Amino acid sequence: MEMKSTEALKPATSYTHIDADGNPYLEGSRCGDCGAVFLGRRENCGRCGARGRMQAIHMGERGQLYNYTIVYRSYPGIKVPFISAIVDLDGGGAVKGNLLDVEPDPKCLRFGMPVRMVFRGAETASAEGVGHIAHFFIPDGERT
Amino acid sequence: MTDVYVVGIDMIRFGRYPDRTVAQLAADAALLALDDCGVGIHDVQALYSGNIGETMTGQRTLQLIGQTGIPVVNCTNACATGATAFREGWTAIKAGLFDTVLCIGVEKMAAGMIVKKKIGNEPLPAEGLIGSETMPAVFSMVGLEHSRKYGTTIEQFAKVSVKNHHHSTFNPKSMYQKETPLEEVLSSEMIAYPNTKLMCSVNVDGAAATVLMSEKRARERGLMGRAVRVRASALASDAWSERNQVMQDVNTVSRQAAKSAFEMAGLGPEDLNLIELHDCFATAEILHYENLGICGDGEGGRLIDSGETALGGRVPVNVSGGLLSKGHPLGATGIANIYEVATHLRGEAGKRQVQGARIGLTHVVGLGSACAVHILEKV
Repeated sequence: MEMKSTEALKPATSYTHIDADGNPYLEGSRCGDCGAVFLGRRENCGRCGARGRMQAIHMGERGQLYNYTIVYRSYPGIKVPFISAIVDLDGGGAVKGNLLDVEPDPKCLRFGMPVRMVFRGAETASAEGVGHIAHFFIPDGERT
Repeated sequence: MTDVYVVGIDMIRFGRYPDRTVAQLAADAALLALDDCGVGIHDVQALYSGNIGETMTGQRTLQLIGQTGIPVVNCTNACATGATAFREGWTAIKAGLFDTVLCIGVEKMAAGMIVKKKIGNEPLPAEGLIGSETMPAVFSMVGLEHSRKYGTTIEQFAKVSVKNHHHSTFNPKSMYQKETPLEEVLSSEMIAYPNTKLMCSVNVDGAAATVLMSEKRARERGLMGRAVRVRASALASDAWSERNQVMQDVNTVSRQAAKSAFEMAGLGPEDLNLIELHDCFATAEILHYENLGICGDGEGGRLIDSGETALGGRVPVNVSGGLLSKGHPLGATGIANIYEVATHLRGEAGKRQVQGARIGLTHVVGLGSACAVHILEKV
């Protein structure tokens, strides 16, 4: 975790949470029947249809880069280029986020490369993000 | 149950019509389709209208060509909107409710990138903060997943664009009719790696319409000569898949719709003489070769290299120029694809005619997701 004392910052997404000690995390749900993992809170399972069997979980913070694209043209006002990454998290589930601290160049990216989640001020990516905290990914140097 | 026939079908040339309204474009296409089979608005028993950008488009279209008081159903299903309207009309005739229906797809598109409507209760816009949700980004990821699995190259994806732009040079109703050599496609502006600008579909205005009839009515009206039989109409939504929540999956939904359509028709991919599939981005076409079964999994890159999907090849794909060059007015695309296949089955496609075409397939995918597949047969 890079950031502590985040009480003053608001979560950037509905599934971003900050625990009692001020540590941010992503909340997920796991189905007690089929084991499917979803990002965010769910009441029922979209995979098997089980009702009321979802358990709240903390999503993992380490994982592997499953897929990405490098975005050169985005909506007006968004800083480009940036890497939009899909990360398979250890412990289950997949999360989308910006991959930071690496050149936005296919030569610098490898499918399956280890990455980890960090929480930073959302304004680093979006001008509207001031006052919010968001998840990002960075290469997980310890595991390369 | 009766067979359902396409007896009249047409589209306006896709392009930019700043001075015409959505309803006017829809009316233009509707009158072309009615005139294609000599049917009047008073013969039409129901209207199925596909349009995303506006509301009550079907009623506003009838206000321009004849307010006969018939039932009107307005459909929206992302890029499968037009095909969904077509399928609603097909369903009603199959059910025996009507013998003659009109189906219209229409859209006016803003220039530039499609900006997604905000849905749900998220505190901030996600674009650029939580990765990207632009259409080019979505379909670039879909392509790179194929590269990850099978080693598909950017050149192979780019060849789709070369092929479809080439096809469009024979289609007077295409937005563009211009060759784009491989070097030009690869060196055009990068939008989202690996899709360059020339590998993205064109946002244009457009409309397409069709008159469907039961077999009884088509025979009574003496319209079987140019009629095209609908052998299958299939619609699927996205079944759960592993990363679907954060990464669009156009494969599972396409495979499900294709499987249903082939089962309904009693046909297989080997029976197809031509295909119009959803090449919203060049990357997507390669995947859909495999999703529709015209090659095995992982062979899509090789298939584009082989030239088998070009005009004159084993199974020409997107002879119209596809969404990449003909253009992609979202709600109109599904019926425009059916127009293209029907035109070949009628032997009326001119310079781009697929010789001896008897069976053709259309495929569209709306993100979120919906996939419609239709199989059409020469009578």
